[in-house]
Amino acid sequence: MTRYVVPIVVFLIMIAVFMIGLNKDPTILPSPYIGKSAPAFDLPRLEDPARRVSNADFGGQVVLVNVWATWCVGCRQEHGFLLELASSGTVPIYGLNWRDRREDAQQWLLQLGDPYVASGYDGDGTAGIDWGVYGAPETFLISADGTVIYKYLGPLNRQVWDQEFVPRLSAQAGDPT
Amino acid sequence: MRLFACIAGLLLLVSHAAAIDADKAFEDPALQARYEKIISEVRCLKCQNQTIKDSNAFLADDLRREIRRMLEEGKTDAEVFDFLVVRYGEFALYRPRMSGKTLVLWLAPVVFIGFGAFIAFRVVRRRMSLPVDDAAESIDESQA
Repeated sequence: MTRYVVPIVVFLIMIAVFMIGLNKDPTILPSPYIGKSAPAFDLPRLEDPARRVSNADFGGQVVLVNVWATWCVGCRQEHGFLLELASSGTVPIYGLNWRDRREDAQQWLLQLGDPYVASGYDGDGTAGIDWGVYGAPETFLISADGTVIYKYLGPLNRQVWDQEFVPRLSAQAGDPT
Repeated sequence: MRLFACIAGLLLLVSHAAAIDADKAFEDPALQARYEKIISEVRCLKCQNQTIKDSNAFLADDLRREIRRMLEEGKTDAEVFDFLVVRYGEFALYRPRMSGKTLVLWLAPVVFIGFGAFIAFRVVRRRMSLPVDDAAESIDESQA
């Protein structure tokens, strides 16, 4: 009896493992920064290269760091939601304008509206590498003490926000460590 | 002859297409060799089945530039790999280092081969202990 049962069970376990593996999206990589302090963020501002924006500007608040660029289709998709989020005052959003042309990015914010408290301009992608960015849009949730709590890959919208960010934000509010 | 010329022409094209990295070579050939070895072992995160040596995605371009800068600063290979792992995780390396997280990855082939060998060993042993039928026995005797 076991002669037949064991191979069948092994086979079924393999099928289950492969099914799970096939249904995972291999392009979504976990950020190694989760649970660690956020990488340095010190860039000239998009609108004014003479001034800088850095981690120090987060001022001990929970913030979002949103990686965006004008060439990025997903960024255009999420832009409306970011504006909505910014006007609701839930959480300050800082932009990391990644691998973009400064004039294009400035124009984009003028035309579509600016949801960001400030955007850092990272024209050559160095800050992007420091943050482990590999595709825009990416959104990091940073706690009040500067720890990376979560990273979301892809365009934000109301559903993603409610599912992924709201529970983590309320955990932050309830546990001010 | 014409065929030969065609093939030679095609080969020239191939070698040209393989040279994604358009940057200037290091002056020190040893450094250039290290650089090429490193970039052929780093995954392009945007185009996951390519190394940054083979990819022309701009992320690969940025990573090559950073690696070049680090080598010029005299960083060791280990420091370069550390830099990448801190930012992108072990997945960035085609040969992830042995650690708690990657232990399964490294040991799985050994475990599977061991398991297969164990099964094969058991099957062979069981067959050997089976009563040998007369026909086989007579052959064995004739050979002995």
